Amino acid sequence: MSTMVEITLDGESARVPEGSTILDACRRKGIDTPTLCWAENLTPVNVCRVCVVEVEGSRVLVPSCSRNVEEGMVVATDTERVRTSRRMVYELLASSVEMDRATPEVLAWMDHYGARPDRMGDRSEIVTQAQPVKVQDDLYVRDYERCILCYKCVEACGDDAQHTYAIATAGRGFDAHISTEHDVSLPDSACVYCGNCIGVCPTGALMFKTEHDMRDAGTWDESKQSVTTTVCSFCGVGCNLELHVQDERIVKVTSPADHSVTNGHLCIKGRFGWQHAHA
Amino acid sequence: MWGSNARNAHPIFFHHALRGVANGALMWTIDPRRTDTAKFADHWLGLNVGSDIALAHGIAREIIAAGLTDEEFIENATSGFDEFAAFVEPWTLKHTSEVTGIPSGAIRDLSHAYATADKAQICWTLGITEHHTGVDNVQSLCNLALLTGHVGRWGSGLVPLRGQNNVQGGGDMGALPNKLTGFQDVEDDEARAKFEAVWGCPIPPTNGWNLTEMFEAMERDELKAVYCIGENPVDSEADAKHARAMIERLDILVVQDVFMTRTAEVADVVFPAALGWAESDGTVTNSERRVQRMRAAVPPPGQARQELEIINDLAAAMGDEGWGAPTPEDLWEELRKVSPMHGGMSWERLEAEGGIQWPCPSEDHPGSPFLHGRLWERPAGGRRAPFSCVENRPPLDELTDEFPLRLTTVRALDSYNTGVQTEHFASPIRTGEALSISVADAEALGVVDGERVAVSSRRGTIEMTVEVEEYLAVGLCHTTFHFPETTDINQITSDAVDPKAGTAEFKAAAVRVERLADGKLAGDRA
Repeated sequence: MSTMVEITLDGESARVPEGSTILDACRRKGIDTPTLCWAENLTPVNVCRVCVVEVEGSRVLVPSCSRNVEEGMVVATDTERVRTSRRMVYELLASSVEMDRATPEVLAWMDHYGARPDRMGDRSEIVTQAQPVKVQDDLYVRDYERCILCYKCVEACGDDAQHTYAIATAGRGFDAHISTEHDVSLPDSACVYCGNCIGVCPTGALMFKTEHDMRDAGTWDESKQSVTTTVCSFCGVGCNLELHVQDERIVKVTSPADHSVTNGHLCIKGRFGWQHAHA
Repeated sequence: MWGSNARNAHPIFFHHALRGVANGALMWTIDPRRTDTAKFADHWLGLNVGSDIALAHGIAREIIAAGLTDEEFIENATSGFDEFAAFVEPWTLKHTSEVTGIPSGAIRDLSHAYATADKAQICWTLGITEHHTGVDNVQSLCNLALLTGHVGRWGSGLVPLRGQNNVQGGGDMGALPNKLTGFQDVEDDEARAKFEAVWGCPIPPTNGWNLTEMFEAMERDELKAVYCIGENPVDSEADAKHARAMIERLDILVVQDVFMTRTAEVADVVFPAALGWAESDGTVTNSERRVQRMRAAVPPPGQARQELEIINDLAAAMGDEGWGAPTPEDLWEELRKVSPMHGGMSWERLEAEGGIQWPCPSEDHPGSPFLHGRLWERPAGGRRAPFSCVENRPPLDELTDEFPLRLTTVRALDSYNTGVQTEHFASPIRTGEALSISVADAEALGVVDGERVAVSSRRGTIEMTVEVEEYLAVGLCHTTFHFPETTDINQITSDAVDPKAGTAEFKAAAVRVERLADGKLAGDRA
């Protein structure tokens, strides 16, 4: 039984286990909090600042995803300062990259905070990384104009799950970007096509080719999709698969992040081996 | 990790293993090849193919000689220790090293680390079981766990990694020649009576045949009709030529499959079936005995039907109308009545809890994360765990001057068995079939990377492309078997089988590699 810590959260007292983050405490209390670079199956890297909260006695806002609770801590999650900061983060990010293929959660939070990226100027003039979409095989599409450098893909490819280390951040300042070793093409890199980087990408910069092609063709329609959880057939580990089905065809495979077997991750067979269902 | 390339064959299990390594666990990999798994290990022991029992005995002898056994556990929970200790006495580090090809110091280090660890697991796959001594190999590993008490406790244990999503469940359900559902013996009159009462029909009182015995019975013309569900023996059996001849000899072959496999092509009747994992409702059971719900997401195509319906209709056509039209849930509820280890797993619990590990005898039981905890009760519950005095016997397909190379079959990350299910997606990392040989052997044979060669065993000859592999042991070669339509590896694999399990010795054939007369290079590899 872990020691409990008493904190004040939005004016109410809360008891949470020692070692929890402020974000954990918020979730326990049902306080919805936006995140971009955080995921429950990855180690926090604290780069996006969209989950910031006010902590009494702290000069600056603190990232709730990685700051642990302390006895007596007084936290405010919905002050004017927090709302302004979160809105600014969305506006700055969305003014430099195209966010129209971001996850529904991201788009809903931008709407919630009234983010207006256009007030930062015309995106076509200030975009920092204009570049063609990378399609180098039949499984992945990498559209780095949509990349906000949240590092989730790097974490999923590396220590947090896959341990393949096919991608990392290269370059500095405006030139910082996600790259394979020496920028070789993905099939020539160490990549093993587990798709776990795509699974964690919040902006649609990384996308399964099936989804990308359907979006380009205008046939991708999430309102017509159902998601069914089943078990992968390719070995005895028992990974749960979420089959996204549109018009009686599988269009995407994901995995539940909260399942003890997979922690949201899959291998190439589980992620892409479904095509025999429609052979 | 012993005889397991989990990095490729069980990638998500290996994520968990790597998390353990990150938390400070040490990993040893025992494999003739320096596999992708071995590259993550602290130590790699590259043993000679088929010398697993020798290594296990060497480790056991060292643990005993160094006084590192768990005496309390051996005294209270095991049987046959004295006999076993005498049996492994000749397996000194020196002798073990000579037989296995592993340096003595490495064997000693592993022995001491395993015996003195707070918690330790031995994980294995087909590198242990696909030998003519497969069962003995497993028992030799069990001996190590019994010597050290690394079994029946949280974090310690013996972990066979299953190769299919329901190979555990298939056995649990009684798809074995000697077991009824829940591992109850066919030849146990009481068990049979219980099932007969629920099922309302008599059950044949004697054990059936395993797959290998079935092929032998075909040869004797004792087995003339086969109903083959979801298996492709024409491609997957070792010594495929013989397997095909036996199958073509049958009076009638009925195949039920999701694809027109090469076995289905020679069938008299084919029942097209719905895919399990995407088109059917039911349960599957994974390597950790976790029963999980499988759910239909898409309808089966064309004439394909639910396997449950096919079997029920077949029963009706054979004159038994009493089977009705049960749902998967109805069948599960019936199963709970006859199989105590599933008794507490209601359909609702399986839905709500996302999977439960058997044994789970009652609805208030949480399921069992590990087995054999009874061995730690005092006095130990149930039967004592016996040590096994199993002999080290090298592969049956002997190496000779005529067939000097050891061929072992392996698996690639992006393909699955005979490729029926994985050939449909365009994997960027698929390189096709090749015969990997060592640098020294390639030089001795005068062959270069990419050259087409003839590979012969005592069963036949096939043409393959050579891939010269750095770090591969001299005398060892390997290949996958995922592309039987272009490279039919099982024309040359060994026909030796383990008489106890019926498993073929896919891991150890003796072969000869020869240059082709025209010395051609492969264009596009198969």
